[in-house]
Amino acid sequence: MALIDKHKIIETNGTLLMVGALLVVTVGGIVEIAPLFYLENTIEDVEGVRPYSPLELTGREIYVREGCYVCHSQMIRPMRDEVERYGHYSLAAESKYDHPFQWGSKRTGPDLARVGGRYSDAWHVDHLTDPQSVVPESVMPKYGFLADRYIDGEYIEDLLSAHRIVGVPYTDEMIEVAKEDFAAQADPWADTDGLLERYPGAVVSNFDGQDGITEMDALIAYMQMLGTLVDFSTFTPDASR
Amino acid sequence: MSNKKDVETTGHSWDGIEELNNPLPRWWLYTFYLCIIWGIAYTIAMPAWPLVKGATTGMLGWSTRAEVADKIASFEEMNAAVNAELAAADITAIEVGSDVHNYGVNMGAAVFRANCSQCHGSGAAGNKGYPNLLDNDWLWGGTIDEVAYTVQHGVRNETDEARYSEMPKFGADELLTDEEIDQAVAFAMSLSDPEGDGTNLVGGTYDLELAAAGAEVFEINCASCHGEDGTGDIYQGAPNLTDAIWLYGGDHDTVYETVYYARFGVMPAWGQRLSQAEVNAAALYVHQLGGGQ
Repeated sequence: MALIDKHKIIETNGTLLMVGALLVVTVGGIVEIAPLFYLENTIEDVEGVRPYSPLELTGREIYVREGCYVCHSQMIRPMRDEVERYGHYSLAAESKYDHPFQWGSKRTGPDLARVGGRYSDAWHVDHLTDPQSVVPESVMPKYGFLADRYIDGEYIEDLLSAHRIVGVPYTDEMIEVAKEDFAAQADPWADTDGLLERYPGAVVSNFDGQDGITEMDALIAYMQMLGTLVDFSTFTPDASR
Repeated sequence: MSNKKDVETTGHSWDGIEELNNPLPRWWLYTFYLCIIWGIAYTIAMPAWPLVKGATTGMLGWSTRAEVADKIASFEEMNAAVNAELAAADITAIEVGSDVHNYGVNMGAAVFRANCSQCHGSGAAGNKGYPNLLDNDWLWGGTIDEVAYTVQHGVRNETDEARYSEMPKFGADELLTDEEIDQAVAFAMSLSDPEGDGTNLVGGTYDLELAAAGAEVFEINCASCHGEDGTGDIYQGAPNLTDAIWLYGGDHDTVYETVYYARFGVMPAWGQRLSQAEVNAAALYVHQLGGGQ
């Protein structure tokens, strides 16, 4: 009991108490957080996941700017009801290039993690312009103004570079031709070989159906790729994760 | 107050105030010990401790992923027999009121709400540009096998089996002059005006003289799909123009837009996302809503 009797030293010395408390909390942090960065079964490498294309990334910025995450989550939890409604549960790897992630914590609208390819571009235009025209009971606000806001990817290289700094593996080539890729994805007649090689599975379309590239194009390009990168017909989930 | 004296003190004393060393209540103390034992047992039974390469998997071998896979598998197994029957059934021959029919309609309602309601409406009443599935007007046929085909392969999508037809952009592609378009629009509107008073069944007004002049334009350019009498053709998905049902609207401006720019509504090929049983179920559900032929 000799050591326990010494607690008076800590109790009467404020600085020492703080140092001791910090050490105890640090142990908790090391045990609970640090392993997540090195354990193999928390870092799942999944085939097909790639960085966002310039147009998709721009759409993602608009998604964040408009606060879509306030009502829409992007994480299908591993539960039967969610899997049956939305599709295969989300994998951590699918949001590994998300800065910041859009998992969300509340669903006023449905989960969007696998909305890609589920609806036509025209439906998205109708729905963003006037949600109640296709879903009368919806409480979603109208985003028709996005179709009037033309964008030219002026700062797209900077955007990609910023994402590279935080760990997204954009190559020098990707950043160099970002502006071309940005324009090509919204033009069905463009030469998209390079774009599709750099960003496999990117959807090329004149998303909003009008000339020029608008924020509507970018947002729909982002919507149409959500959750489509992993081929679940060939992916076998490791049960121990 | 009296047993205060019986209690030991910790020996601490500040300004004469002593700290008593009351024993903890027994029930609390044992619950505390029990929690410690439970905590240790839990980390042995469940995935918990991080080691060098992976975390311990726990004696029970539980995982979230295995649990959801098991749950889905157990329901699939439960319904396997009836799903197989539904998938293999000749959909035109399923008897109304049979177990398979009941099951299919209920399953179809769930499939519809998750996948179809976003366009066709949660009550299947449709929206502008997205057909109403409750009425007797069918673009591609309202018999159960036609409905099932439409669900399976969709309309004007990228698959080869999709139902496909494309109305020409008579104005945008300069196939007709502005005058001819005005005439065609008026004539098309006159088809749904049995009284011939210049106001069609949905209240759209048109010019009677223009309509009379438009008969020839219609016969040359429109009748091959919409029929000489304008009643449409389900084999080409050409709408009936003589009734009060308009997919995009029957007023002058909307009809003009339709003739000028044409329309190109798409529907996904649900066979790529849904199982055969789910496709059949959706068709059964839609067919029994009221409009099925």
